[in-house]
Amino acid sequence: MAVEAVIAVDATERNRRANAIAFAVMVALIAIAPFVAYPFFIMNALCFALFACAFNLLIGYANLLSLGHAMFLGLASYVCAHAAKVWGLEPVSAIALGVAASAFLGFVTGALAIRSVGIYFAMITVAFSQMVFFFCVEAPFTHGEDGIQAVPQGRALGLIDLSNPWLLYAFVAAVFLFGFLAVQRTVNSPFGEILKAIRENEPRAVSLGYRSLQYKLAAFTLSAAIAGLAGATKAIVAQNASLTDVSFAMSGEVVLMTLVGGMGTFYGPVVGALIVVSMQNYLAQFGEWVTVIQGVVFVACVLAFRRGIVGELAARAKIAL
Amino acid sequence: MNLFGHAISMPQLFGQLLIGLINGSFYALLSLGLAVIFGMLTIVNFAHGAFYMMGAFAAYFLLQGAGLNYWWALILSPLMIGAIGAIVERLFLKRLAGFDPLYSLLLTFGLALIIQGLFQNYFGASGLPYAIPKQLGGAYNLGFMFLPIYRGWVIVASAVVCLATWLVIEKTKLGAYLRAATENPTMVRAFGINVPRMVTLTYGFGVALAAFAGVLAAPINQVRPGMGADIIAVVFAVVVIGGMGSILGSILTGFVLGVVEGLTKVFYPEASNTVVFVIMAIVLLIRPTGLFGRAA
Repeated sequence: MAVEAVIAVDATERNRRANAIAFAVMVALIAIAPFVAYPFFIMNALCFALFACAFNLLIGYANLLSLGHAMFLGLASYVCAHAAKVWGLEPVSAIALGVAASAFLGFVTGALAIRSVGIYFAMITVAFSQMVFFFCVEAPFTHGEDGIQAVPQGRALGLIDLSNPWLLYAFVAAVFLFGFLAVQRTVNSPFGEILKAIRENEPRAVSLGYRSLQYKLAAFTLSAAIAGLAGATKAIVAQNASLTDVSFAMSGEVVLMTLVGGMGTFYGPVVGALIVVSMQNYLAQFGEWVTVIQGVVFVACVLAFRRGIVGELAARAKIAL
Repeated sequence: MNLFGHAISMPQLFGQLLIGLINGSFYALLSLGLAVIFGMLTIVNFAHGAFYMMGAFAAYFLLQGAGLNYWWALILSPLMIGAIGAIVERLFLKRLAGFDPLYSLLLTFGLALIIQGLFQNYFGASGLPYAIPKQLGGAYNLGFMFLPIYRGWVIVASAVVCLATWLVIEKTKLGAYLRAATENPTMVRAFGINVPRMVTLTYGFGVALAAFAGVLAAPINQVRPGMGADIIAVVFAVVVIGGMGSILGSILTGFVLGVVEGLTKVFYPEASNTVVFVIMAIVLLIRPTGLFGRAA
C-alpha cells in the first residue's frame, strides 16, 4: 500500500515535469515557427489545433463522440465575421460574440443530445450540424455560397492593430494558449475528475450523487464555446467565413486530427491538427485525393494505431501528456 | 387554397406529395438497412450513403460496360455491392468486434471518405444520366394529376422490399435466428448456428438494401458521387426519430418524413431542408429513445 502510494506520487511528479517540458517546447515552437514557416499557415494550424482541443475535451474525457462539431466552428466564424464587418465591432468583441453564439448553440443542442450516449449521440450531433449547415446556406447574413468576404481585422480592444502580421500572430498565439490552458485546467479540475468518473462508470457516479447529465452538458457547452473561439479567431485570421467551416467534412476532419494525434491527451490534438493541416496544404494539388488519403489514415488509425502519435509516445514513456 | 401567404394549387400539392413519397421510399430503404445492421452489429454504418451511391454507379456501369439493362441492375447491383459490404465486414469490422463501437463507426466513416473521394476523382461532381427503362416510361392520368409511371414504381418497389424484409425478420425461422443472435450471440452459437457468418451476411444485406435504393434512384436523381453524402444526414435523423433497432419503425418513419418534407416544400419552402431535423429535436425532447425505440 505504502509503496504503491509512493509510486503514485512519483508518477504524478513525473507527469507534472513531462507536461511542463512539453508545454515549454510547444511555446518555444510557436515562437520560432513564423520565422521558419509561412505565418498564415501556422496561424491557421493554431486555430484548427484549438478546435481539435475542444473536440478532444468531449471524446477524450467524457467519451462523447460529437460528429457535428463543425457547427460550432462555423457558426462562431460567421457571427464574428458579420459583427466585425457589418456592425464594425473591434475584433475582441466580435470574437466574444462568436463564442457566445456557439456556446448558446452548444447548450441548446447539448440539452437535446446529451440524454443519448455512444453512437446515438453521434448521429444526433450529425443531424444538428446538418441543420445548422442548411441554416447557413439559407440565412441572408451568411451570403450563401459566397460566404462573408473581406472581414476587417481592425484594432483589438482599439489598441492592437491586427492588420500588422506580427501583432496578428502574437494575438492568435495568445488566443490558442488561452484556449489550450483552459482545456487543460478544466480536465485537471475537480469538474474534470467527475467527468472522467462519469466516463468510467456512469451509474456509479450517479449513485454517488453526481448529476451526470448536467456535468456532460456543461462539458459539451464548454467544448462548443472553445470550438467557437477557434472559429471566430479563424474568421479574423483568414478574413472570411465560408460554408467549408460549417460542413460535415470539417466535422470529420477534427475527428481525424484528434485520432491521429491521440484522443484523451493534451498535446495529441495539437500534433494531429498540424499534421492534417500540413497534409491538406502540401497535397492540395492532388484535389480529391486528399479525401482518399484522409480516409486511409482514418482506417489505418482505427485498425492499428488507436492511441495516436502522442498517446503512443506517452504510453511508451509511461507518462500522461 | 391559401396558407402562410403562399397560393397553393392542387397539382402543386399532389406533385410535392409524390416527390415526398419518393424521397420517403429512399429514406425507408436506407434507414431499414441501417436498422438491420445496427440490430446485429450494434454499429452505425456511416458508409451507408457511400454504398447507396455505389449501387447507382453499379447500375450505370452494368448498362455502359456490359449492356445489362435496368432490371438486371436491380438484381445484380445489390448483389455486387452487398458482396463488397460482406468483404468489408470480414476484413475490417470483424477486427474491431471487441472494442468500443465508436471505433467501428469511425472506421466506416473513413471508408465513406475513401469511396467518395475515389468516385469524385474519376467522375467529378457532375451527374451521369441514367435513362428510365422504357417499360416504365410515360405517365398515368389519375384524374387529379399525372403520375409518372417510374415514380409510382419506385414507391411500390421500395414498399414491397421493406415489407418483405420485415416479414423475413419477424416471421421466418431465419429471422428468429437473427433476433436471437441479437439478444445473445453466445447462446445461439451454442446451438450450432454460425453466428459470425450471419453477422457478415447481415451487414452485406443491409448494404445491399442501400445499393437497391441507389439503383431505384439512378433514373430520378442522376448518378453522382455526392448523392450519398447528401442524403445520409437526413437518414440518420430518420433513424433517430424512428428509434434505433426498430425495423418497422424505421420503415414507417422513412415514408412519413418524406411526405412531411414534401408538404413543407409546398407550405413553407424555406424550411424544407431543415424540417426533418426540427422534428428530430422535438421527438428527442419528448421521447429520447425515438418513437418506436426501446430504452437502451
